[in-house]
Amino acid sequence: MENILLITIGAALVNNVVLSQFLGLCPFLGVSKKVETAAGMGGAVIFVITLASFVCGIIEKFILIPAHLEYLNTIVFILIIAALVQFVEMFLHKSMPSLYNSLGVYLPLITTNCAVLGIALKNVQNGYGIITGTVNGLFTAVGFSIAIVIMAGIREQIEYNDFPEAFKGSASVLFTAGLMAIAFFGFSGII
Amino acid sequence: MTGIIIAGVLIAGVGIFIGVFLGVAGEKFEVEVDPRETQILEVLPGNNCGGCGYPGCSGLAAAIVKGEAPVNQCPVGGAPVGAKIGEIMGVAAEEGERKVAFVKCIGTCDKAKNDYNYIGLKDCSMAKRVPGGGAKSCNYGCLGFGSCVKACPFDAIHVINGVAKVDKEACKACGKCIAACPNGLIEFVPYSATQIVQCSNKDMGKQVMQVCQAGCIACHLCEKNCPSEAITVENNIAHIDQSKCTRCGTCAEKCPKKVISVL
Repeated sequence: MENILLITIGAALVNNVVLSQFLGLCPFLGVSKKVETAAGMGGAVIFVITLASFVCGIIEKFILIPAHLEYLNTIVFILIIAALVQFVEMFLHKSMPSLYNSLGVYLPLITTNCAVLGIALKNVQNGYGIITGTVNGLFTAVGFSIAIVIMAGIREQIEYNDFPEAFKGSASVLFTAGLMAIAFFGFSGII
Repeated sequence: MTGIIIAGVLIAGVGIFIGVFLGVAGEKFEVEVDPRETQILEVLPGNNCGGCGYPGCSGLAAAIVKGEAPVNQCPVGGAPVGAKIGEIMGVAAEEGERKVAFVKCIGTCDKAKNDYNYIGLKDCSMAKRVPGGGAKSCNYGCLGFGSCVKACPFDAIHVINGVAKVDKEACKACGKCIAACPNGLIEFVPYSATQIVQCSNKDMGKQVMQVCQAGCIACHLCEKNCPSEAITVENNIAHIDQSKCTRCGTCAEKCPKKVISVL
């Protein structure tokens, strides 16, 4: 139990997926212009990463390890995640149109989010079981949402700031991301 | 050797399984879409600008099929797209002339006075909040920080010499700039309109003269001289009813301040 608690805090804050592992940077920079869309993206990422961690954990345990093919996990996980996102999209479109509408365009975008694959592989590397891996996935994604929503809030605030020409656009965003990473570094003492 | 074969077979197996699974799932979870909706979506411009008031082109397509929106609702595609959608839906599109946005201010840097030097955030709605509604002496005119330029998805509006100007050819009449302008300076005019009052100052003539060389002073000369009675002066500002205007150009000739355009 204590172990799980450590994993949740570690995944969400200390080893924040964006700010200390540098995974999932493209949605972090791309979809963080408005708090509203950032929250939508965060929700979709939580949904997909949790599911993907769970399914990849099962595949690893019941197919790859018995067949001694652990070295294939990158390729297999890519296939599984891509198919999973497709399937989830179809499923939601049919049976939960309201959730489908609110996640909207973000779902298919997540197929190419490296954080999803990264977490599935990290679960294997750290030797997490299916349950632990899923919890790790869930809270890593929560950490992603925290980071992207904070980022969107900051970007809304600095939108009209008078930057020098060279710092306009992505440059200022990357500066902000760097400062946020330093701030999150402060969490590293708590576990 | 067997290792390679097993690996190959496994990956192929996973691939085939996923392919079949997604194929079956695609059939099973297929959402029935009205075929007309797909056809309409193909005809629509696909900018997803939201100028129609629906979330993107697919939203409008769904609304048209349901009958909630008229076939020529898309402001970007205008009449040609409306006609095509009308064909798909089997109704005649109501004819309407193409509209373009127009900025009703020509108080450029050399013509309009400034009260002070503004060095705040370069944004119209921000500048509007400082005392006096921005640095410009005229409280109704274009602030020139280009909020409309940022809002335009078609790169059709630019700030030239301190005043925003619409590129008539590139404008798709989506209405984004109209919503963005804190002074409400921008309005739709017919594409063919040539006489438009290029001022929005609602003050009395004397006050207008003090702040801008290119302001409507409400002298009523255009109103009196218009042969087709298309011009009315209300709230100290002339307004041309474009449906009555015959493009004769008398008003532009008579205007002492030359604020009625001759494009």
